[in-house]
Amino acid sequence: MRARFESPIVLLGSRLLSPYIMLFGIYVIFHGHYSPGGGFQGGALLAASIILIRLSGGRIISRLQVQEFFTTPLAAIGVIVFFGTGIVAMLFGSYFMDYHALPFPGEMTPAELRYYGILVIEIGIGIAVMAILVMIYDHMVRGEDYA
Amino acid sequence: MKFVKYLILIAFAGLLIYGSLDLPDRGDPDAWLHQQESITGTEVAGNYFIRQAYIDANTPNMVTVVLGDYRSVDTLGEQVVVFAAGLICLLILRRYREI
Amino acid sequence: MLDFLYGHYAYWLTIVLVCIGLYGIIFKKNLVKKTIGLTILQISVVLFWVAIGSKWGATVPVYDPDIPVADAANYLNPLPHTLMLTAIVVGVATLGVAFSLLISVYNRYKTLDEEEILNEIQ
Repeated sequence: MRARFESPIVLLGSRLLSPYIMLFGIYVIFHGHYSPGGGFQGGALLAASIILIRLSGGRIISRLQVQEFFTTPLAAIGVIVFFGTGIVAMLFGSYFMDYHALPFPGEMTPAELRYYGILVIEIGIGIAVMAILVMIYDHMVRGEDYA
Repeated sequence: MKFVKYLILIAFAGLLIYGSLDLPDRGDPDAWLHQQESITGTEVAGNYFIRQAYIDANTPNMVTVVLGDYRSVDTLGEQVVVFAAGLICLLILRRYREI
Repeated sequence: MLDFLYGHYAYWLTIVLVCIGLYGIIFKKNLVKKTIGLTILQISVVLFWVAIGSKWGATVPVYDPDIPVADAANYLNPLPHTLMLTAIVVGVATLGVAFSLLISVYNRYKTLDEEEILNEIQ
């Protein structure tokens, strides 16, 4: 194993780049209705921004951004958001995953309700994909000397 | 032994190329995939999605509508698969305490 | 004949990728190289679906008010894109499972060569 050394340039560049990648990931999730994008792609970009800090900074610094124990509940929350949207639509008198019965406030046509239902499940997909990719990375490098 | 492996590989490639000879040309608008009606007389799914996506869900991106509305149960299954993959990584690589 | 070649060369390129992936799976002894071959095989399937979903004279499947939606020849078929979109992410996650299995194999046998592992098992 080669000796490890810390490079402030790499860490500084990653810290500069990471928030913009994260912002672009959130943009891809929320603008997925009007342009190519959506939950899966945006979640992968969010995971890229977090893993970039983990690669360049190591365990001590990356703990300041997203804690390691935090990813597993976040993944479960993402799946529960997706599944709960379908269950809520079913409880309000529609089929499973048919969003036109969702109880959003305000008077809306079924097409607009489906618009917001798709937005909610895209957010759930994005959270789950981000948390799971970071979780896989965390458990793979655990115990290595560069992590 | 290595000769047999090469033979299997070449035979498989030949089988795939033989199968690809009957496929329609790439991007041919007259292919069965892009028709209004299928062979059995029902409507082709992609055609229905193109016509009805904006009317049904008020969303311009048809891929998002198919992903989130028409095939949402499929997407739920895919997400459960991804979640299960993450849990499998956690369970395989976890440090068990020595007893 | 030239039209036939022009219409089918994309399929044959994906067949070349399938053969490269199968070559990696069958011939290589290292398990990491086998996994790389498996990934190439998977990506070739994704490329095949994207190639078969294309349509000349059509635009991307995003609704534009200037282009009438009643004629299906104006837009690409959104179904193969959707299927492959989910397949890519699932592929990445299952690749993570494969590598974690390889890490646990390496921790136990201290090697990733197939024949050495088989010798150690017997």
